[in-house]
Amino acid sequence: MIDRFDYKAAPELIRVEDLHKDFGSLKVLAGITETIHKGEVISLIGPSGSGKSTFLRCLNRLEEPTSGHIWFDGVDIADKSVDIDKHRQKMGMVFQHFNIFPHMSVIDNITLAPTLLGKKSKDEAIADAEALLARVGLSDKRDIKPTRLSGGQKQRLAIVRALAMEPEVMLFDEPTSALDPEMVGEVLDVIKGLARNKMTCVIVTHEMGFAREVCNRVLFMADGVICEQGTPRELFDHPQHPRTQDFLSKVL
Amino acid sequence: MLANIQRLLLKYGMNFLNGLGTTLLLALISVAIGCVIGAFVAIMRLSRSKVLNAIATAYTEVIRDTPLLLQLYFFYFLLPDLLPAMRLSKFTCIAVALVINSGAYMSEVFRSGIQSVDRGQTEAARSLGLSASQTLTRIVLPQAFKNVLPAMCNEFVAVTKETSLASTFYVGDLMTQYQTISGKTYLVIEPLVIIGVIYFVVTFTMSKLIAVLERRLKSGD
Repeated sequence: MIDRFDYKAAPELIRVEDLHKDFGSLKVLAGITETIHKGEVISLIGPSGSGKSTFLRCLNRLEEPTSGHIWFDGVDIADKSVDIDKHRQKMGMVFQHFNIFPHMSVIDNITLAPTLLGKKSKDEAIADAEALLARVGLSDKRDIKPTRLSGGQKQRLAIVRALAMEPEVMLFDEPTSALDPEMVGEVLDVIKGLARNKMTCVIVTHEMGFAREVCNRVLFMADGVICEQGTPRELFDHPQHPRTQDFLSKVL
Repeated sequence: MLANIQRLLLKYGMNFLNGLGTTLLLALISVAIGCVIGAFVAIMRLSRSKVLNAIATAYTEVIRDTPLLLQLYFFYFLLPDLLPAMRLSKFTCIAVALVINSGAYMSEVFRSGIQSVDRGQTEAARSLGLSASQTLTRIVLPQAFKNVLPAMCNEFVAVTKETSLASTFYVGDLMTQYQTISGKTYLVIEPLVIIGVIYFVVTFTMSKLIAVLERRLKSGD
């Protein structure tokens, strides 16, 4: 169903132009040009060291691009003079290691950013946070310290913490890689729910089954460039590029 | 000797207690204010500004690589000259010197505490749109503070003992009481034993309490 989503008809959300990122003499991103449309669910796959996490982290400038442009909200956010904090409010991010704030209760983790940044009143933020917790089945954990949550619960919390800012896009950096196998499903289910609700998602993942089932587009990266891309069916069943074929033969 | 100790305690008990009070007060002032200075200096050392960094590094290195007694002399003579109008008391000058000394050591404690907070915490906060300073005050410092609380208390214990150097200037701390009482009674060993026991009991108790605190903090994780 998602396969047939005509993304090119949807409005552009992020347009990346000739993005480069060097770490010293190492060229991690060697010129990426790509457009992400509203409502797309894109997975980034590729061998380790191919630059997929770096690409994702450049999108909200957790990594500073060496050169290139990232158009979001009509602004080139790769420009160092823009107030990136303002734009990050509209780009949620979920990390491999959850990065939950351990010194705050579960609900405070969620309400901190919306209240501190003046997006919501305290009451509004709490009401929204409670609804979000209910949505991911964590209502009974509302007031405990997150250190007592399991990995899967922490990641579900991390997702709703980002959602509380009502972002236009969600960036996932290997969201299930640090999880025990039995907890992977519960986190993927939450992400599937987002995809169904037309949240734009960009997901760096090793879960090929998930990419095939949920994404409308898969980007295969190697050596700092997008080597091949297409619908899951095209890319997984009929890979064209030898690098893609080689990679898929190892992981599928 | 025991008889002498008993006599001293009866006659000068209040002096010893006053001395202990002054010692603890000095330690408390230097650690409390030193903490605030230390936090700022640690942030300066970790900042990207080369100027702030250089100032902070110079401060901590100069203080940590010169003797405390020298610093006490320095401020004892310098401050009244510098600010004659304020008519600073001996106690104030010595307290200032201790604060400045303790600030340098606390900044190192804070620096390691801040660095011990996982980078992912900063990234998560920044990704939500928090500014660098909001991230520092809401996310990094509260966690750093918890990490350094035991080290901070240990600094308090160390400073409690170091204040004895302030007796050089007769500021009324425990060691000063020894000098006064010894001068009056011509007894040397007995008053030394008394204040030695007081120092020991106070610092030993504090060290044990810190160990309990440390265990509590760990189990809270």
